[in-house]
Amino acid sequence: MTRTFLGMPATAPQGVGQLRGEQSFPAAARQALADAQLRRNLGHATATIRAKSGAVIAEAPDWEELRAAGAAIKTDVLARLPELLEQLEARVTAAGGVVHWAADANEANRIVTDLVRATGSDRVIKVKSMATQEIGLNEALDAAGIIAVETDLAELIVQLGDDRPSHILVPAIHRNRAEIREIFLRAMPDVDPALTDEPAALAAAARRFLRQTFLTTPVAVSGANFAVAETGTLAVVESEGNGRMCLTLPETLITVMGVEKVVPTWRDLEVFLQLLPRASTGERMNPYTSMWTGVTPGDGPQAFHLVLLDNGRSAVLADEVGRQALHCIRCSACLNVCPVYERVGGHAYGSVYPGPIGAVLSPQLTGVADNASLPYASSLCGACYDACPVKINIPELLVHLRDQAPHPRAESAAMAAAAYTMDHPALYAAAQRATRLSRWAGRRGRGLPPPLSGWTAGRDLPEPPAETFREWWAKR
Amino acid sequence: MVGEAVSGREEVLSRLRAAVAGGSAPVPVPRAYRREGPIDLDLLVQRLTDYRARVHRVPEADVADTIAGILPTSATVVVPPQLPPAWLPATVTARTDDGLDNARIAAADGVVTAAAVAVVETGTVVLDGSPDQGRRVLSLLPDLHICVVRAAQVVAGVPQALARLAPHRPLTWISGPSATSDIELNRVEGVHGPRTLHVILLP
Repeated sequence: MTRTFLGMPATAPQGVGQLRGEQSFPAAARQALADAQLRRNLGHATATIRAKSGAVIAEAPDWEELRAAGAAIKTDVLARLPELLEQLEARVTAAGGVVHWAADANEANRIVTDLVRATGSDRVIKVKSMATQEIGLNEALDAAGIIAVETDLAELIVQLGDDRPSHILVPAIHRNRAEIREIFLRAMPDVDPALTDEPAALAAAARRFLRQTFLTTPVAVSGANFAVAETGTLAVVESEGNGRMCLTLPETLITVMGVEKVVPTWRDLEVFLQLLPRASTGERMNPYTSMWTGVTPGDGPQAFHLVLLDNGRSAVLADEVGRQALHCIRCSACLNVCPVYERVGGHAYGSVYPGPIGAVLSPQLTGVADNASLPYASSLCGACYDACPVKINIPELLVHLRDQAPHPRAESAAMAAAAYTMDHPALYAAAQRATRLSRWAGRRGRGLPPPLSGWTAGRDLPEPPAETFREWWAKR
Repeated sequence: MVGEAVSGREEVLSRLRAAVAGGSAPVPVPRAYRREGPIDLDLLVQRLTDYRARVHRVPEADVADTIAGILPTSATVVVPPQLPPAWLPATVTARTDDGLDNARIAAADGVVTAAAVAVVETGTVVLDGSPDQGRRVLSLLPDLHICVVRAAQVVAGVPQALARLAPHRPLTWISGPSATSDIELNRVEGVHGPRTLHVILLP
């Protein structure tokens, strides 16, 4: 065990799960930007969802009041998280469920693997879940000889394509219909070779492919959108019915949930069930929402396990500014409005949490040093804050985390020199005149020489004017 | 390790307690959003139709004829144990759920259920597993779902729906037929759940 301070807030461990990328954001972004097909697919999909979401949000005259309520409920949850979790545990247990507590990804993976082994099954069906992706559950199950079948259409596309998810809501957003058809023809057993790229035909192929698996697999693993402390009720919001299949057909259901997903009261769902579908898929209501409390005799799984996951959340919670990242209800509205995400896509962020929310959540879960480039993966334009249904101030968090990221010494030296110059008017005037010399040095955008070249690697240097303001003023 | 489960619990809880250290006063929640609204049945029909549910507004005496018009003669439907028998036409074969296995349910041409609540604003019907709605699997495996809703079960919005529902029951909120937004972020009807949803709205 590497844990030194027992019981103190801790970040997510290295070497397990998917919270850290293999390269920095600027390096990964450069590759993504070179992929013209990816940029076309992302541009099309994000424009579609922005229009849909904007239309249904405009239908709700009390959208701002719902956002205010959602933000306040989440603030309240975080302020008294331990007691709410204990209440949830008591209610779930009383309703016939079993609650497990996992301090990190390794413990959660071990708990789920042991539970699946105990059933004797070598296969589980899965509902799309960010938490299980975050902890690398499929890989852990695979190492134990257990096959995890993703049943969400987009997850299936990613799994069959041997690919990585690139969006919270639509993990295969980087694929267009023609590419999806090719993946199905290549990797889906017994697929009709005459399959077209009509979305309805592609969906029907997934239905045929998974039906038998749903009917014959005795264990399912899910995430959870909400858990009500007051009643012990869990909720999963979905579209396709694969969630209903997983939550209804198997004998055993294992739900892995980040601790921050708890809400205090049944009534609180009235806020989030209005915010989430409109902000995420741009629907008044998603096609299916399932709610269950423990075990219902004669209906659905007769064994229910709830795994409550920390994996770095306690460290996020310990930062009073940073903790608002735990408000996130995984709607992905911030991705769809982000000019950076729209161009580079989700893979460039390295973590399963991409886009603006990923840029503030991943570095906090892992510790900023392990994701030091992510707080800079933004122009601070603020569109994410406006779009967030629970009002997470992502620009504020980005700046807060930039403060914590390691800074190169050249940067502080340059800032100190600039401060000194600006404090001394004669020096400042001389410096302004000196910038003109750079006009002779080369064309605009060439960038600064080392050690300052890092700053201009991702930015264009503005062209210095032919005449400074002071010179112009003096001539008047 | 002995007592591992207990130590995992204590570990997580003590981390979280240390993280929130001190601040445990409840935060007031402003609830200025709408909690009342008109029960507009025309709008319900419009919202249901918008998400590709097919809606029939008929008096209760005409339910059987309406179902006969939806299902071909000699179709097989599964039904929950206490579905009103008068709703079923003589033209279809009804199998009452007395513990039917999944294969039988999946092989049926359709399922007929009642509902617990319907929501105008979102075009949603909610099933709560009552004896006229049945087990969750019943309305899941057949490719066609006919859901009969009484006007008295209709509420204006989501807050009113939650207030009417019992949390301990297994709840399924249904808004249109099974769909996906996974291909280019457009809604496409018809994946794993019923691909056709009929709502029969009674006065």
